[in-house]
Amino acid sequence: MLSSQSPSALAISGLKKTYREGFIALKGIDLNVEAGDFFALLGPNGAGKSTTIGVICSLVAKTAGSVSVFGHDIDHDFAAAKRCIGVVPQEFNFNQFEKVLNIVVTQGGYYGLPRKEALVRAEKYLRLLDLWDKRNVVSRTLSGGMKRRLMIARALVHEPKLLILDEPTAGVDIELRRSMWDFLQQVNASGTTIILTTHYLEEAESLCRNIAIIDEGDIIANSSMKDLLGKLSQEVLVLDIVESLPPDFTLKGFDCNWVDAHCIEVSIDREQHVNSLFAALEAQQLQVKSLRNKANRLEEMFVSLLKNPSKQSDIDYPHHESAEASA
Amino acid sequence: MNLVSQWVAFKTIVYREIHRFMRIWVQTLVPPAITIALYFLIFGQLIGSRIGEMGGFDYMQFVAPGLIMMAVIQNSYANVVSSFFGQKFARSIEELLITPLPHYLILLGWVLGGDARGLLVGAIVTFVSLWFYDLSVVNWTLSIFVVISTSVLFSLGGFLNALFAESFDDISIVPTFIMQPLIYLGGVFYSIQLLPTFWQTVSLANPILYMINAFRYSILGSSDLESLGFSINSALFMIVGFIILLTTICLWSLNKGRGIRS
Repeated sequence: MLSSQSPSALAISGLKKTYREGFIALKGIDLNVEAGDFFALLGPNGAGKSTTIGVICSLVAKTAGSVSVFGHDIDHDFAAAKRCIGVVPQEFNFNQFEKVLNIVVTQGGYYGLPRKEALVRAEKYLRLLDLWDKRNVVSRTLSGGMKRRLMIARALVHEPKLLILDEPTAGVDIELRRSMWDFLQQVNASGTTIILTTHYLEEAESLCRNIAIIDEGDIIANSSMKDLLGKLSQEVLVLDIVESLPPDFTLKGFDCNWVDAHCIEVSIDREQHVNSLFAALEAQQLQVKSLRNKANRLEEMFVSLLKNPSKQSDIDYPHHESAEASA
Repeated sequence: MNLVSQWVAFKTIVYREIHRFMRIWVQTLVPPAITIALYFLIFGQLIGSRIGEMGGFDYMQFVAPGLIMMAVIQNSYANVVSSFFGQKFARSIEELLITPLPHYLILLGWVLGGDARGLLVGAIVTFVSLWFYDLSVVNWTLSIFVVISTSVLFSLGGFLNALFAESFDDISIVPTFIMQPLIYLGGVFYSIQLLPTFWQTVSLANPILYMINAFRYSILGSSDLESLGFSINSALFMIVGFIILLTTICLWSLNKGRGIRS
């Protein structure tokens, strides 16, 4: 159990970043991630997620503000701060001509791990991520999913206390994504704090306990996942009905939208219960064949919070995933 | 990061750099050996036999130290500039920049990698030269010092070039339009005493002239420098001075994040 006195895994205060060309990427954000948390940092493209991660890892120079990792300020105690961080970036950034095992062992070496120890750890993480059989393969020949897992193994080789994953499952098929979720949950359960950025809102909702949403360089929401989703005022359910329904079909007490003769969308307010919906349907002697949410709950909240909702097109929704998977 | 960890990390960079150029030895070690062998054959053997003496020596004896230094300079520079910029371009440099490694160790690791290739190619070229003439070295200590320090200097130059380069054009401009003319006009193939006084004076502004002549002096016991009123020590001070200057600029740039942090 972590002591209440232990420093935050990440404490960001008044962080600003203005790029040379004048673009303001961060407008003075504050963020706190507790040790042991599984934290989601969401936002549309260009919102400032990668800039924030870049500053934490010293790849981007901040304009103002302070960042500390487990109590180590990245300006004054940079070695200790960096030692705590493992990063899985958005883009593949390993040597494409190097063998898988060498990439992980070399990264261990950069952190001062003697070669023997680095080899042991590389084997451990490559096995856990199902890459051990590929250890002598040149990295550029790996599939996209394998490359993502290689970057996770590389980020873990020095066993950081804080693991930052910038869209780790982008372009990964659903089966593999789920196995990566299991792996990340194990890593988190072992005590590693995880910060995740993702375009898959279902992923954030499944994995993360706390969440911050960043938009146009500002943090627009920062709370527990439960609290954030609790603020949803309305959900839209899609119902497949056995009986045939006329286009002017209505359901007393509910906002109802006819989709086709066997499908309707029903909006349910926070105060309403699904039981009352079923009761209303039963009153009309209608049988429900299946029921599902029209959109991911987090997705609905996310879209409602954005200053410019048109940016939602940057986000991948579950129904898009299904389409990709069946293609 | 304690000293033991720093030592391990430093060894990792040097090992990776040496492993890189050894893995692609057909691109990194064979071409300079062939090029320099052709220089020996054409300029030293075929044309050189008709030239006669140069600077008081057989032309082959005169040209050999220059060709060895040319190979060391070009390969030290090329190794660092291509390796560092390649990593910058592929963003794999981020693997290193996110670690707690101090900047001076990153610089030192790359410079030693450049040195390793420069000196290995220098050794290969020296071995090739033995096919064409009998090498005898007047001052081993001086020759080793000059060749190592020159290699360090050009490795630093390659690092600086790669740090500020934003495209592959940027890493070919300096070697093609600056280094190559300075090397060729730095007395590799001729004694600058052959030049008119004005061009001799202009040549004195070329730092590579001092390096090549210092090395030639260490091999043959004589060079253009003394006849122009310069001691070998002045050449050595100049090399060391440039090393200090470039090291300072490289470290300052790294600390400021120039070329590596946005």
